[in-house]
Amino acid sequence: MALHNLTLTQISQGLEAGDFTSVEITKHFLDRIKQLDQGENGINSFITVCEEQALADAKAADERRAAGNASKWTGVPFAHKDIFCTDGTLTTCGSKMLSNFIPPYDATVVENMKREGAVCLGKTNMDEFAMGSSNESSFYGAVKNPWNLETIPGGSSGGSAAAVAARLVPAATGTDTGGSIRQPSALCGLTGLKPTYGRCSRWGMIAYASSLDQAGPMARTAEDAAMMLNVMASFDSKDSTSIDQDVPDYTATLNDDLAGKVIGLPKEFFPESLDGEMKQTMLAAIEKFKELGCTVKEISLPSTDLAIPAYYVVAPAECSANLSRMDGVRFGYRCDDPKDVEDLYKRSRGEGFGDEVKRRIMIGTYALSTGFYDAYYVKAQKIRRLIKNDFVKAFAEVDFIMGPVTPSPAFKIGEKSGDPVEMYMEDKFTLSCNLAGLPGMSIPAGLINGLPVGLQIMGNYWSEASMLNAAHKFQQVTDFHNAAPQGI
Amino acid sequence: MALDRSDVTNIADLARLAIAEDNIGQYQEELSSILALVEQMNAVNTDDVQPLAHPTDAVQRLRSDVVTEENHREKYMANAPAQESGLFLVPKVVE
Repeated sequence: MALHNLTLTQISQGLEAGDFTSVEITKHFLDRIKQLDQGENGINSFITVCEEQALADAKAADERRAAGNASKWTGVPFAHKDIFCTDGTLTTCGSKMLSNFIPPYDATVVENMKREGAVCLGKTNMDEFAMGSSNESSFYGAVKNPWNLETIPGGSSGGSAAAVAARLVPAATGTDTGGSIRQPSALCGLTGLKPTYGRCSRWGMIAYASSLDQAGPMARTAEDAAMMLNVMASFDSKDSTSIDQDVPDYTATLNDDLAGKVIGLPKEFFPESLDGEMKQTMLAAIEKFKELGCTVKEISLPSTDLAIPAYYVVAPAECSANLSRMDGVRFGYRCDDPKDVEDLYKRSRGEGFGDEVKRRIMIGTYALSTGFYDAYYVKAQKIRRLIKNDFVKAFAEVDFIMGPVTPSPAFKIGEKSGDPVEMYMEDKFTLSCNLAGLPGMSIPAGLINGLPVGLQIMGNYWSEASMLNAAHKFQQVTDFHNAAPQGI
Repeated sequence: MALDRSDVTNIADLARLAIAEDNIGQYQEELSSILALVEQMNAVNTDDVQPLAHPTDAVQRLRSDVVTEENHREKYMANAPAQESGLFLVPKVVE
């Protein structure tokens, strides 16, 4: 099998067995990136390729292995979403604003991967400041979906998704504020997991909406996602919202028996308006879980429809506060010839941010302004409580909640970019997880019109191990996760 | 709530965002439609609901008041768009 078709787990095993070296496999993937990602017709999934550093890290990893102290990750190539600060390596967050930003430190997630000796091949493209569902808002250009180059890969972690789907890397990090791991994973045929809020450190992860942001793995299989979460997850005293809870070995329970597990199907995730083929694809996938011994129960999450309105208050409000640090003074883009300090702030921000970011900053500024705080932000936080209560009630009766990740497969580049509100509807099935802080994942569930769609698995707080177990068992009896785009 | 042009100018000003005169109309339309979406929240009575500040209701951790940051002045200053004598340079603030 060609090296790029190996899964993360297989690469780890291959390095261990001495089938190939880290330098060999790193070169192989770097060559693929050159061939398939760059230039006019390239996928454009990378903003920065760290060729020199990756080769040096691969060499160091091979030496570490020879010295007998390799871990599972030593020498294994992967990529980071360009939202994670990497010491000495350009970190743009998909924005002109940070087009010259060289972080002076590593994010905790980056540090965790480095400690294991993993080899980062580069930084992946993304919607600007993680605001988007199509990867069209990146200053570095739209990313193409390897399944059909005319369609979007999803967003905001669209570069990570496209890179893994095109076998340019075996796995990549992502972040999910409203669906940004799950939606691109679904549209590119990957296994992606957004953990419980507080599971992975947010330190050094450029903030969009701090009470919702969470990092997680994007890979081809649940087994690979488990291997990655083992390292990404940690308690971190530098992140005040990190939770001090032991990180289990997520790979240890992958093969546990699913018999007797109860799956809840919320009727709000299967509305009358849901595309018939999408509904059938989801139900066929759920049928497989029944064959694995699960039972299915219809449930209701009555506040689901309020997730979009609440999200578009909470996220913009927090982003308007977080992005106020981009002022052209200490780092980032600065306008030419500011006439006074006010002009410096306004033009640096006006020129440095793209349209979607400006829209969200303005909505947030408005929602937080005098006289409107209670009507918008507090109201939205109350809705969050209602959404959470729905889930608490449901998880008293079921082990997992399942439904679609997106209303449809990938749409065409440019199709929805003219209407922000229509674009927001893309996230209607993913937002409630973030508002409640719950873990959610997407696993490949088949193709519609030749494009992949994902089944969403939601679990109770801290149930990542059970979710990965369910996903892995499903992948043992199905083949959807092995499908690859044509010509890849 | 539908915004008028002066609302948009005022919000942009509060957010320290320069927006072109020509784009105000478009922002007015887009922001108004986002607010219309957001106001669907008003359909539910939440009088007796506690706002949710942290998803797992965790409380802030306290830490000892000790120095944890090392001095990386030069590294931090390397990202400054303009500097002089080791200080960030901005246009004159006080006349």
